[in-house]
Amino acid sequence: MERATREQLLADRAAGRPVVLATALDNGEQRLLHRDEGAAPFAEAAAATLRFDRAETREIDGRRWLFNPWNPPLRLYIVGAVHIAQSLAPLAAHTEFNVTVIDPRRTFATAARFPGVALDTAWPDEALATYTLDSRSAVVTLTHDPKLDDPALAAALESEAFYIGALGSRRTHAGRRERLAGQGFGEDRINRIHAPVGFSIGARGPAEIAISILAEAISVLRTGQ
Amino acid sequence: MAKTNTAGPGPDNVLEQASAWREAGQDVALATVVSTWGSAPRRPGAQLAVTAAGDMAGSVSGGCIEGAVIAEAREVMEEGEPKLLEFGVTNDQAWEVGLACGGRIEVFVERFD
Repeated sequence: MERATREQLLADRAAGRPVVLATALDNGEQRLLHRDEGAAPFAEAAAATLRFDRAETREIDGRRWLFNPWNPPLRLYIVGAVHIAQSLAPLAAHTEFNVTVIDPRRTFATAARFPGVALDTAWPDEALATYTLDSRSAVVTLTHDPKLDDPALAAALESEAFYIGALGSRRTHAGRRERLAGQGFGEDRINRIHAPVGFSIGARGPAEIAISILAEAISVLRTGQ
Repeated sequence: MAKTNTAGPGPDNVLEQASAWREAGQDVALATVVSTWGSAPRRPGAQLAVTAAGDMAGSVSGGCIEGAVIAEAREVMEEGEPKLLEFGVTNDQAWEVGLACGGRIEVFVERFD
């Protein structure tokens, strides 16, 4: 690896920029690929390896190349320091998500209820605006309160977050859809919200609901659905 | 309050370590798993950095091919030409290192300048 390549790769990693190192296996020629850069077969391979976070070899013009992706860390923003969040935060942290719990209600967002978890008591949309909300980020709203959930969902819908989930019944979600449509969000965008949140596993209680949410987020991350 | 999340957890800082060695004036080679067949402990993309002095960071297998990779890495460091290595793991060896089904591993070794 040439010095310039190494320095750029390390700079990208330090800055949290997704990057793919393409290496020609016949002579070691290397290219660093960022999103939406490079000629079609390279850009496509780079996008695929970043999306699924998995190195792979591809043959391009008769040469075999290894595409090795470096993605920024996974992040989960939980809006609502509620009972389910008390299970979801540690489960997600164990699954190597960088977890932040956001809730302006200080009686909920306490260190005693969330030991070792990053807490933010700013208003959800204001809080989210200060964090990295990229294609490796997930947002889950759990407050049941439109005053808190809706601004967070709007911020998430404006981002590239790979997973957006909202707690609440189908009827609650129908009302939410109307409110977001009223704010100018089109149907395609609103459809990015997974609601009712989580896989249907017959979950009973906060811990099982947390597992169903995390399972759905991981499934979307790894398989796209 | 700093709000930027730091780099992710996990042992995935081989590049940083390799770079630190290089900056300290050591000769370094980088080995990367290219592909695997059968059961293999490390996935494609996994990396092992080694120095001429024998320091190591990361891994490309559960330990069964590291010795051979390091020997090849020394040559790569000296000659500068990258190598594509292929290792077959027999079932007997595989059992020792937890590759219960055996398998093959392809590893690319390059000088880290």
